Amino acid sequence: MASEAVAERRSAGHRLAGLFHGRERLQVGALLAGPVGWLVIGYLGSLALLLVAAFWSVDPLSGATIKEFTLENFESLVNEPVYRDIVWRTVRTALLVTFTDAVIAFPIAFYMAKLASRRGKALLVIGILLPLWSSYLVKVYAWRTLLSANGAINWALDPIGLHGPGYGTTAVWLVMSYLWLPYMILPIYAGLERIPNSLISASEDLGASPFTTFRRVILPLGFPAVVAGSIFTFSLTLGDYITPRLVSNDQFIGNVIFSNVANNQPFAAALAIVPIVVTIAYLLVARRLGAFEHV
Amino acid sequence: MRLSKRSRWLLRAAVAVGLAFIYVPLIVIVIYAFNSSKILEWPPPGFTTHWFSQAFKNEAAREAFFTSLKAGIAASAIALVLGTLASLAVARHRFFGRETISFLVILPIALPGIVTGVAISNTFTQVLDVPLSLFTVIVGHATFCIVIVYNNAVARLRRLSGSFEEASADLGAHTWQTFRYVTFPGMRSALMAGGLLAFALSFDEIIVTNFTIGAGEQTLPIWIYSNLFRPHELPIVNAVAVLVILISIIPVYLAHRLGAEEGGATGGRAAGGGVETEATAVP
Repeated sequence: MASEAVAERRSAGHRLAGLFHGRERLQVGALLAGPVGWLVIGYLGSLALLLVAAFWSVDPLSGATIKEFTLENFESLVNEPVYRDIVWRTVRTALLVTFTDAVIAFPIAFYMAKLASRRGKALLVIGILLPLWSSYLVKVYAWRTLLSANGAINWALDPIGLHGPGYGTTAVWLVMSYLWLPYMILPIYAGLERIPNSLISASEDLGASPFTTFRRVILPLGFPAVVAGSIFTFSLTLGDYITPRLVSNDQFIGNVIFSNVANNQPFAAALAIVPIVVTIAYLLVARRLGAFEHV
Repeated sequence: MRLSKRSRWLLRAAVAVGLAFIYVPLIVIVIYAFNSSKILEWPPPGFTTHWFSQAFKNEAAREAFFTSLKAGIAASAIALVLGTLASLAVARHRFFGRETISFLVILPIALPGIVTGVAISNTFTQVLDVPLSLFTVIVGHATFCIVIVYNNAVARLRRLSGSFEEASADLGAHTWQTFRYVTFPGMRSALMAGGLLAFALSFDEIIVTNFTIGAGEQTLPIWIYSNLFRPHELPIVNAVAVLVILISIIPVYLAHRLGAEEGGATGGRAAGGGVETEATAVP
């Protein structure tokens, strides 16, 4: 009995496997049904619904969502200077953080890719990876204590008669540059690793000074990797609302979205369209600059 | 590259300063966790492990810890299944729209977290009329964790030759047997690495969580966040923060070791935004 049942089960498994045998379309379909269903219907569907909800409104008296088309949300987004300021502040910070990280990351990545020993390389990679993955919130909180009035920064600067930036716009820039730095270092490192050493040697043999080699060989070949890294620094800054809340009184796009999500979901949806549009515009520019070409 | 001694030293100094910049804040939090004073002042006046025992005794923190654990395990399990399936399709088959899959998988992590959070919360509350809960958190986390498993699995499958699978089929194994005895053993360590990383990512996530969690429920990061503004809770928060750092770093270290055995994996997160080849999946 038992062995018969096993034989039957096995043959059922065989039959099912036989069904897939040689039928590539069926195989691909079975493999993709789950992930594509989840991401297309679930995720892209949600994004589409978000776009639709951005044109809804909320009844000011009852607080209920009115599911009728209106441009109200976008009108107030464009017409009220306070929102224009917030969008501009967020985008400006994102650009500034990206630039700062690129400048700090490049020499570190260059050292890792071209000068460090095998062992040193491995240590540096793990040394950059671990903080990248360690809790985002704890890192922001660490800065909140560092920057506080009786925190370590003021303590360290006090003997030389200086004091730290305290909470505010500078603090947001500093903390975000800190948070996303590893996201910039790793892609640049990977990009520089791919530059053949023979190209650098050729440049040197032809008499170029190290600076010329850097400017004419390493920088142009490494630049797409910088752009690839900048996608993270830029997009992560656009979406962050915890850092501004913890180290400043500034409002960023994220803060306004978060404060509206409970009472005025349609307006929050309309606001969320802004980072989507800005990110897509940025990705298109990044593609023109070659960020996706050999990565 | 030939560089003068001076330039070499300048670069080394830049690396040292960069690493110090990256590590000092984390070290400061670890020191604060052992601070004997109730007030956060620098330098701390003395040493104690009192706050760790207080943190373990804290009911809300403990509950939040288990909520985070559940969310992390469920989200990485879903991500493992979906990420593995997608990677098998992309690495082993040719079909129309194959290039789009990588883009689709990366999108939830390439778009700002707040967008994913609002979109999922909007769908559940406004359209499906499903109240927010731990379930909606898991859906959100699984969505952005798929890419981590996917990147690791695809990188591994590209390295493993497909000819073993062909040989297995030629020897009479059916599709499932080939997967079970040939493909899966080759992928196993990459999948473990991917699962660990997905767990680490989910465990300390707060941006999407904040939008998708139900009223009255807390993950550990949300517990920390809501106690940051209560000065008398801060010593316990410091101790919990150190535990969170450890819990998010240990899986990553293990994943890195697993990947290093056969050629690396932990770049998955940094490989999010369209950077998908082996070289960046394996920095």
